[in-house]
Amino acid sequence: MTNAPSAITVQSVSKSFGRGDAAIRVLHDVSVEIGAREFFTLLGPSGCGKTTLLRLIAGFEELDSGSIAIEGARIDHLPPFQRPVNTVFQNYALFPHLTVAQNVAFALEMQNLSAAEVRRRAGEALEMVRMGSFAARKPSELSGGQQQRVALARALAPRPKVLLLDEPLSALDLKLRKEMQIELKQLQTEAGITFVFVTHDQEEALTLSDRIAVMQGGRILQLDTPRTIYERPAHRFVADFIGEINLLDGQVSGPGRVRLDCGAEIAVAADQTPGARVTVAIRPERAALAQSGALPAEVTHAAYLGTATILQLRLANGAPFLLRAASANLPEIGAQVSLHLPSDALQVFAA
Amino acid sequence: MNLRRLPLTREISLAVLVYLYVPVVVLIVYSFNANRTATVWSETSLDWYRKILVNPSIRDATWNSLVLATAAGIGATLLALAAALGMKSRFRGAGLVEAVLNAPLILPEVVVAVATLMLFVGIGIDMGLTAMIPAHIAFCIPFAYLPIKARLEGMNPSLEEAAQDLYANRFVTFRRVTLPLLWPGIMAGFTLAFVTSLDDFLTSFFLSGPGSTTLPVYIFSAIRAGITPEINAISTIMLIVSVALVVTSFLLGKMRR
Repeated sequence: MTNAPSAITVQSVSKSFGRGDAAIRVLHDVSVEIGAREFFTLLGPSGCGKTTLLRLIAGFEELDSGSIAIEGARIDHLPPFQRPVNTVFQNYALFPHLTVAQNVAFALEMQNLSAAEVRRRAGEALEMVRMGSFAARKPSELSGGQQQRVALARALAPRPKVLLLDEPLSALDLKLRKEMQIELKQLQTEAGITFVFVTHDQEEALTLSDRIAVMQGGRILQLDTPRTIYERPAHRFVADFIGEINLLDGQVSGPGRVRLDCGAEIAVAADQTPGARVTVAIRPERAALAQSGALPAEVTHAAYLGTATILQLRLANGAPFLLRAASANLPEIGAQVSLHLPSDALQVFAA
Repeated sequence: MNLRRLPLTREISLAVLVYLYVPVVVLIVYSFNANRTATVWSETSLDWYRKILVNPSIRDATWNSLVLATAAGIGATLLALAAALGMKSRFRGAGLVEAVLNAPLILPEVVVAVATLMLFVGIGIDMGLTAMIPAHIAFCIPFAYLPIKARLEGMNPSLEEAAQDLYANRFVTFRRVTLPLLWPGIMAGFTLAFVTSLDDFLTSFFLSGPGSTTLPVYIFSAIRAGITPEINAISTIMLIVSVALVVTSFLLGKMRR
């Protein structure tokens, strides 16, 4: 990302739907810089504003205030057909009256290329997604995964500067989704263009992205690499939304110490005002079983996953706790155990 | 629950079919009757079809009906298409506009026909096709509007967005995506408007002038001189043309899906 100019600059963008008292603010003063050739993901629950932000970049919605630029040139006043971006729609939006080849050639024809050039580049795009032999079919004769590939080829054929993808994998079954994730990542590397990817699936976001913007209520809560988002969530919501996590409420009892509501006192690496209510977060794989310790718990359930086992524990105050442990030497269900929470694995959020 | 098992289902269905279609079947059968008296059967003959083909009044009336129905069908379909596209953006008062568009379906036709007659006489428009075409267009609009509207509502809105996303401006989007996808609805709307106009008697009767007699008006005046097998023959041809049009349009719509 260093030196490369920003592919997309979104500055102080706000957007509301409806008028007057009934107006709903969907985006609050959102700013983000997306680098060239970056796989950038907008992640959040439904209604967080991620799709609206994507549609603003594509030009399907008009922004209320702020600006959007691509490679430094403002595009927010342009209609969609004049913006150097293409979209892969959630429902694919393939033209049902055109063949696969005609679908992929659509944008190329709009660019006034010669008939031979249109045919050549549409063929290339179809080969890229391994759909060359389906050129003469109608979209209704294809499976969901095949339609997905054609939609990708259609959007990539005109070689846009930016590809926008609106939950493109959400309609596929799990196995196909995993395959398409790998293909998407390969395509992005090959095509060498910027991907802006919208999803509510945190696992998908972690797998694919160079950077993730976690959104909630029309704001970006955290924008960072998947690793940092997972390991150092900046916000209780982010911690809870990404992956499995244990959230333990407590009170700061002294410098670097928190007394949890279950009664145990633990060491943390953060400085909080004594007396303040806090939430301590720890991933199931970062906690460990200990011979003896300050945090007693009872094993209530065990789920064997092959490489690991997820233990469900109950703390002294009845709060649940998830622990990911190696599948050897596990305690019995009902056994009393002690937990060790390494202070460098703990995140502390003000309540 | 199995409907077939209900008692008398078959018998009642048959009775309704007989009730609906016996008059039409009788009319068709007697159009092939050689006897001059329309109600007395003598032998099979195509004489009446031969006679109506050479009858200049019938030929003129047929021509007028076809010109009128084509003009009314095209006019009503274009206006209905514009209305359906306009109604896509749900503006204030859209419900009222929709009701006005569909008003011809419920307004008593005789009242509208008289009102149109008075208006045209008042502003000095001559009776005949120039008066009948705009009047037919007006009452055919809802017949064209409803199928187009239904087709438009069933269309995925992302398709137009996708076209614009792929560099097609609004006009090209309409021509390359919206119009082809609406086409079955447009054809169905045109067919319904055409058949409705072809069949119309009241408005045509009030507004027809010298030389603009349509087939229904001709049949009405001919029948006052007594029912002849010629009437049976014309009616049969009209029936076949109408049914053929509707079936063709239905099949075309099915093929495109």
